[in-house]
Amino acid sequence: MYEFLTGPVLWLTFAVFFIGLAARFVWYVRGLDWKLDRVAYRQWPKYGIRGALRSIGFWLLPWGTRSWQVKPVFTLVFFAFHIGLLVTPIFLLGHNLLLDERWGFALPTLPAGVASFFTVMVMVAGLFLVIRRIALPEVRILTTWYDYLVLIIAVAPFATGYLAANHIGDYGFWLNIHIVTGIIWIVAIPLTKLSHFLMFFLTRAQIGMDYGIKRGGMKSKGMAW
Amino acid sequence: MPEGTLCNKQHVNTEEQLQALLADKSGKTYYEEMKSLDVDQDKLAKTLAATFKSRLKTWLSICAHCGLCADSCFLYLANKRDPKQVPSYKIQSTLGEIVKRKGRVDTPFMIHCMDVAWSQCTCCNRCGMYCPFGIDMGVMFGYLRGLCYSQGFVPWELKIGSGMHRIYRAQMDITTEDWVDTCEWMAEENEEEWPGLEIPIDKENADIMYTVNAREPKHYPEDLAEAAILFHLAGENWTVPSEGWEETSLAMFAGDWEACRMQVESVYDAMKRLNPKRMVVTECGHAYRATVIEGPYWAGLKNGQTPVPSLHYIEWLAEALRTGKIKIDPAKKIKEPVTYQDSCNYIRNAGLADTAREIMSYIAEDFREMQPCREHNFCCGGGGGFNGLGRYRPERNVGLKVKRDQILATGAKLVISPCHNCWDAIRDLEEVYKIGIRWSFLKPIIIGMAIVPDHMKPAEE
Repeated sequence: MYEFLTGPVLWLTFAVFFIGLAARFVWYVRGLDWKLDRVAYRQWPKYGIRGALRSIGFWLLPWGTRSWQVKPVFTLVFFAFHIGLLVTPIFLLGHNLLLDERWGFALPTLPAGVASFFTVMVMVAGLFLVIRRIALPEVRILTTWYDYLVLIIAVAPFATGYLAANHIGDYGFWLNIHIVTGIIWIVAIPLTKLSHFLMFFLTRAQIGMDYGIKRGGMKSKGMAW
Repeated sequence: MPEGTLCNKQHVNTEEQLQALLADKSGKTYYEEMKSLDVDQDKLAKTLAATFKSRLKTWLSICAHCGLCADSCFLYLANKRDPKQVPSYKIQSTLGEIVKRKGRVDTPFMIHCMDVAWSQCTCCNRCGMYCPFGIDMGVMFGYLRGLCYSQGFVPWELKIGSGMHRIYRAQMDITTEDWVDTCEWMAEENEEEWPGLEIPIDKENADIMYTVNAREPKHYPEDLAEAAILFHLAGENWTVPSEGWEETSLAMFAGDWEACRMQVESVYDAMKRLNPKRMVVTECGHAYRATVIEGPYWAGLKNGQTPVPSLHYIEWLAEALRTGKIKIDPAKKIKEPVTYQDSCNYIRNAGLADTAREIMSYIAEDFREMQPCREHNFCCGGGGGFNGLGRYRPERNVGLKVKRDQILATGAKLVISPCHNCWDAIRDLEEVYKIGIRWSFLKPIIIGMAIVPDHMKPAEE
């Protein structure tokens, strides 16, 4: 089972991941229309690139925008959640051992304590996001079952990985469940709302170009995000 | 009854249609007819297929439902944080539903969409600044307004407004003759006090072509005179076109994109006809947005620019003050606390925040910013057509509370408001809430404090 999951299934998983994201990228960019969107995307590359980079850059910085600043606690949790989600799987020792075994190379790895901390951080932050969805009326009215599903998909590999790594319960069982949830996690990125893994950069670039080219970018220092 | 005689899917292209609509007081019959106006679902589905592309699709589908947009919306804040006023909810429950049902929606639903699109969003675009994905719900509501308009579900005043643009190339029934007469009248009225003052009409190759908001010739012709006086003081070589002088666009508020194009093309034609170096737009926010920011796209101009460089009035004024074309008497600067209303349309959506501050630095001794301000300022409460819609008057008045509180917090009793919509909203908020403030455009204030060179003064009798 383990060999099968980390062999052919994993190959298929990565194929879906990369092809799916590439398709999303092409579909999005090709669907941009200067006349319908009313943005002269191609005419002003300098203003467009500056606007796009500003729009992405400020939002990648914790408290880099006014929106982040006015919600400091949410911002802290939000960044903790996303950093944990992205950094932990890539730099986890266990994953890199597998990588080394299969492909003969490995990335630098996180000390076990840090990885463990990040994993717990993701779970706690995920719980916070669930509570926030229930507790705040302005978030509750927007929330659908799909939002919970996406959260479960995102956090599941961390919960199962934590159980397996700490040998809580049956190691072999949790390891396989961890791999399955991990595969779902990777496949869900291009196929669900988790596509914001890529689409964040594209939508931010688009609105940045909109402001950079059309809505004031030529007459100001750039949008004050 | 598939279509009403007044409320229907037809454009208002004739004087006769326009008069019939105007005769229907407050749109009583119009809104009655709307209740039985059929939705052309096939047409709606076709429009979606042709115009609902990746930007809008992604915005609707990627929204993480995080609610960060809630506090960004002045209508959410003014309505005691009613969750139904969260921008994401408003767009998902209207446009989102139309898309989900592929246009298979009924009349009551379209009326609901109209009510939300025109009374729960002023298209101020502030929410887009607070969304991590940059989802601009103002843009989406603009799109929804276009869908509603194409199906005949548009507030009565805006059906009339877009008809005015179609017939008169102005938001009001002002003919070329009316306009030219008003210019001549204002020049004559003021030439005694300002010897040599003129309002040159259709002068070719001038440095500046000046364009206005139709309300000025119709209701406040003195604004036109003030513009003339300031150009005269600054020694500008300027002109107004006899046709193509109207900058505003109720058609934009209505979502009548064809009329939007017709309107801005009349201005661009004037530019081509008169060949000015630059165009200056009066103190109006949406006029600038419509003709300078959005207009080139309606007219199919690929570079997104107007045929000649275009300035908002505050840009011209800042330049005139900076270069000394107009000099301010330091003794006459505004001494009392004064604040500035940042118009969404030319500050957030056109980048002129610094320009406004530059002007205030020349004319005010105790300038106080509203909080938040500049690009982050709240809508006045009357943007996007909200001011002028009788059906939504109570909702508009509630929406004014946020601006009221912002102004009160500055401690200033004078609000500079170089935007017709903001100016109206602030006037109305004083009328409704009586907080003891005054409000003004820039022109009269500058005339009151400018140094007039001796040779420009009337000869002593």
